[in-house]
Amino acid sequence: MDHVARQSGLPAGRTPLKKRIADGAAPYLYSAPALILIVTVMLVPLVLGVSYAFRDIQLLNPFSGAYIGLDHFRALAEDQAFYRALRNTLWWTGASVFFQFVFGLILALLLDKPFYGRGLAQALVFLPWAVPSFLAGLNWAWLFNPVVGPLPHWLYALGIMSEPNNILSDPQLAMWGPIIANVWWGIPFFAITLLAALQAIPRDLYEAASIDGAGPVQRFLSITLPFLAPTIAITILLRTVWISNFADLIIVMTNGGPADRTQIVASYIFTQAFKRLDFGYASAIALVLLALLLAYSMLIVILRQWLLSKD
Amino acid sequence: MRAKPLFLMIAHRSAILAYIAFALFPLYWLLKVAVTPNDLLYSEGIRMWPSRASLEHFDFVLRHSAFPVFFKNSLIVSGSTAVIVTILASLSGYALSRFNFRGKYWLVALMLLTQMFPLVMLVAPIFKILSPLGLTNSLTGLVIVYTAFNVPFATFLMQSFFDGIPKDLEEAAMIDGATQFVAFRQIILPLTLPGIAATLGFVFTAAWSELLFSLMLISGNDQATFPVGLLSFVSKFSVDFGQMMAAGVLALIPACLFFLLIQRYLVQGLTAGAVKG
Repeated sequence: MDHVARQSGLPAGRTPLKKRIADGAAPYLYSAPALILIVTVMLVPLVLGVSYAFRDIQLLNPFSGAYIGLDHFRALAEDQAFYRALRNTLWWTGASVFFQFVFGLILALLLDKPFYGRGLAQALVFLPWAVPSFLAGLNWAWLFNPVVGPLPHWLYALGIMSEPNNILSDPQLAMWGPIIANVWWGIPFFAITLLAALQAIPRDLYEAASIDGAGPVQRFLSITLPFLAPTIAITILLRTVWISNFADLIIVMTNGGPADRTQIVASYIFTQAFKRLDFGYASAIALVLLALLLAYSMLIVILRQWLLSKD
Repeated sequence: MRAKPLFLMIAHRSAILAYIAFALFPLYWLLKVAVTPNDLLYSEGIRMWPSRASLEHFDFVLRHSAFPVFFKNSLIVSGSTAVIVTILASLSGYALSRFNFRGKYWLVALMLLTQMFPLVMLVAPIFKILSPLGLTNSLTGLVIVYTAFNVPFATFLMQSFFDGIPKDLEEAAMIDGATQFVAFRQIILPLTLPGIAATLGFVFTAAWSELLFSLMLISGNDQATFPVGLLSFVSKFSVDFGQMMAAGVLALIPACLFFLLIQRYLVQGLTAGAVKG
């Protein structure tokens, strides 16, 4: 019977109950392994982490573990290092996203039209994306090191620096080290995404516009930019969140130093957990970071609604 | 009229060259210091290429350091993560691509959420969970964690590949009497091979680069992955730049190989929300 029903492709109402159940369960069976893994390795620790924020959890202290209410948050409100990390996060994220976007957009525009050797050029300029982040960080730290790196000597020769020092140990300039490494590493991401959006713009629009007498600047402003705008907006928003969480480069290059001048919130959380082994305090900071990122995302959603309703 | 396009072309090519130079220079410098013998490193200053190149640092790193072990550990972790994630993600990606089911919206929302929140906040709880299970300082523990982190994005990636394959194919097979799972395994999966290769590549590179969790979870030298080994090497023997950079070049090799493999799929991977930016 089962066999016959399937063979003749009868409507669903006629298929036996057993097969209907099997069909209904299929999507859940396909997605169950992934879902179980995500829940146990990401969601459960997330909830646990939230509870740690209200507990005294220190890895090396067996007597810790008690609930202490809002004590961590009171400590956090007085923690000058945290406020500095918050300011540094804004600076790190803003500068990184800005330069990655500007240079990525220019690169995408340069690669948009076919030219001889474009495939090779594309592979070479996108290569930094494939470099592991720890290696990108170490590599740039070495470039900034006057013992083996050329950059301090070049800056000195150009008269920008008074002597060839390592900018990573200069409290005023140290943040530029990870930012430059991050820009180098992140330009391909913006370029790849924007290039894909550029290539999706119908070519005849440009032809029609130039027949109507529009110059290159006008074509860019009235065709390219409006078409790119949604991609630009989404990419920048997502990258902002991602980069503000991205601590690898800072941990590798400066470890937050000198004198906490390059400590961002994400690296501060990691330092608390990894160096001090104070899991409770680390989780409290993480909870604040999560709340800030949620607020930021909400702001974006509201802004988008408002912009849409205005049109 | 001819002069302006020529000028534009030269400007365009030089801009491209400037970008290539900026992209490659750090890697070039890494290689340059790696092949500079120690006696020339300090005496010759910042020459673009040493007067005498040698492979002595590579020789030392490969034969007298723990880097081959780190390299092997990283290969094991990244390779197993890539294989497991790709299997799980092709199942769940297929579910998202072919079925409409109750709770699908929540599944997608959960997976998107995992791409947005700061993973660093899981460092402490995951350590606390894995430690009594004996999964800290173990490559297995690392594989479990990396697999979970990479499954959501790989699911979206596989879904985009499945979406590109017409539904009629498995419908035809099912009319011929095959169950949907047989149709999936024998007809759809072989057609998605390029997508599977791309997913393997993306996950491998992401796992190969991961730093914070391997720092936190691994403490012993014999279980250390490449980033952990390299960083502890940097803090211990920070004088020997040649050896460190030779090790750095080694870490770069698999990343570059996989980059070649996935180059064609970069756009698809990045729009699926690649974990590794």
